[in-house]
Amino acid sequence: MSLEVRIKKDFGAFRLDVDFTAENGVTALLGASGCGKSMTLKCIAGIEKPDEGRIVLDGAVLFDSEKRVNLPPQRRRVGYLFQSYALFPNMSVRQNILCGLCQEKDRAVREKRLAEMLRMMRLEGLENHKPSQLSGGQQQRTALARILVSDPKLLLLDEPFSALDGHLRDSLKIELRDLLARFGHEVLMVTHDRNEAYNMSERIAVMDAGRLLCVKPTKALFADPGSVQAAVLTGCKNIAPARKLDAHTAEVPDWGVKLTTKQEIRDELRAVGIRAHYFSPDARQNRFPVRFAEEMEEPFETILQFRCEGQKEDSPPIWWRLPKDKKPQRFPEELGVAAVNVLLLYD
Amino acid sequence: MDWYPLLNSLRIAAIACVLVFFTGIFFACYAAKLPRAVKGVLDVILTLPMVLPPTVCGYFLLLIFGVKRPLGMFLMKFGIKFVMTWYGGVLAAAVVAFPLMYRTARGAFESFDQNLAWAGQTLGLSNGYIFWRIRMPACRQGILAGTVLAFARALGEYGATSMLIGYTPGRTATISTTVYQLWRTNDERGAMFWVMVNLAISTVVLLTVNMLEARQKKAVRA
Repeated sequence: MSLEVRIKKDFGAFRLDVDFTAENGVTALLGASGCGKSMTLKCIAGIEKPDEGRIVLDGAVLFDSEKRVNLPPQRRRVGYLFQSYALFPNMSVRQNILCGLCQEKDRAVREKRLAEMLRMMRLEGLENHKPSQLSGGQQQRTALARILVSDPKLLLLDEPFSALDGHLRDSLKIELRDLLARFGHEVLMVTHDRNEAYNMSERIAVMDAGRLLCVKPTKALFADPGSVQAAVLTGCKNIAPARKLDAHTAEVPDWGVKLTTKQEIRDELRAVGIRAHYFSPDARQNRFPVRFAEEMEEPFETILQFRCEGQKEDSPPIWWRLPKDKKPQRFPEELGVAAVNVLLLYD
Repeated sequence: MDWYPLLNSLRIAAIACVLVFFTGIFFACYAAKLPRAVKGVLDVILTLPMVLPPTVCGYFLLLIFGVKRPLGMFLMKFGIKFVMTWYGGVLAAAVVAFPLMYRTARGAFESFDQNLAWAGQTLGLSNGYIFWRIRMPACRQGILAGTVLAFARALGEYGATSMLIGYTPGRTATISTTVYQLWRTNDERGAMFWVMVNLAISTVVLLTVNMLEARQKKAVRA
């Protein structure tokens, strides 16, 4: 079970150039809007044709520019869940799901698989409804049923939760995660939402401007993003250029501080990142005097913005995020951050 | 009472409408896939009959199919003559009505959600199935509107028709050429009669369209 993707496609102003392999389980493609995530999925599904490269799924060559192989989408056995689900509006739930069984010749088998899928997806009783009569969750389940019933070897999910209301999203995340675990094949999920990526995936591939920056296990990526773009995409709010002083000390000119790090610093250090919730008045390491700047309240957390004593004027304030009940009466004069929480960012 | 103009008009409009239905849809689909530059040129050529005066269209048709022109002479060998025949009227009406079908169908195809077609492909549906069972139903409204407009235009065609097939009672007369002929010969009552017939047909066509649309809206709501 494996997916090998190596593709290049030139769009003039924008160049897609990705190269990765994915194994069983869920891999998330994380990146900002317009970075080429969806285009990558379309190339794998055969909807778009890359200029050059090679796509191999479980040993079957789907695309190879050198050998002039380009299987049509119909023969790739790749399921694609579109952002808007792309249910056929003129067909009922039943007819939509039967479309996924179009290559099954035996009518009895078709009916049996349809009934199984309706039960599994809790769509019984909705067989004759049109997509416009379904709720968002039911539409998603119908679209998934239609795909899974066609028995794909790879499942592509394009922003699977973006069409749903916030409160539905969380319950559907759990539902979809369990379903994908049962699916047992590879899943490639495109998202720009780091929480979604964290909830759903075992591995994350970070994309930026058509390039693949890195592929890492999800938790490892959040613990050590490794590059500025990955740090931004995983939600790191405080990032500033930095220079190596010695193996465990980095100088951050914008903030006017020197930081001790737990990880050994490599020579080509470009920047450091500190997540907003890692600051603490009680931290022993990396303490520096600070001035309060701005406050922003969220439902359950508070963001306090501050500046270091020696911080450059044009450098943006630093974010400190903490639960509301932990908010100090008086803004502390000094804040610190543990050496282990200083993220080292390279190119 | 001679009902020939009514029958002739209806058969010309109906046949022209069927021809235009398929050719319009074909070119609308075909044009959508062409590179931009070629598409622009083709689009202008295909839309010209709508913008040109119908008499100019008729003139061009005579240039191509006239009995002393190469193509006209060639067709004569097979006994096909578009000049001064009722089926020449089909040709004239089809040419003039074509852009209406082509442009409305193209508009409908362009607003079609391409994701639906892609979803069909990844599910293993054949391209033919996707076209007839997914794309066409989704564009139904635009295609229906185009068909009706084309039919109405074909029925009311005068300019190109009179250039190509003229007016021969009982052979090439249509409602619109009959109205002109009767009025010209001071038969005001006769002209008025055919005006009323035309009005009745147009009203029925438009009412039918409105009914179909209302029914479709209701089906979507249900």
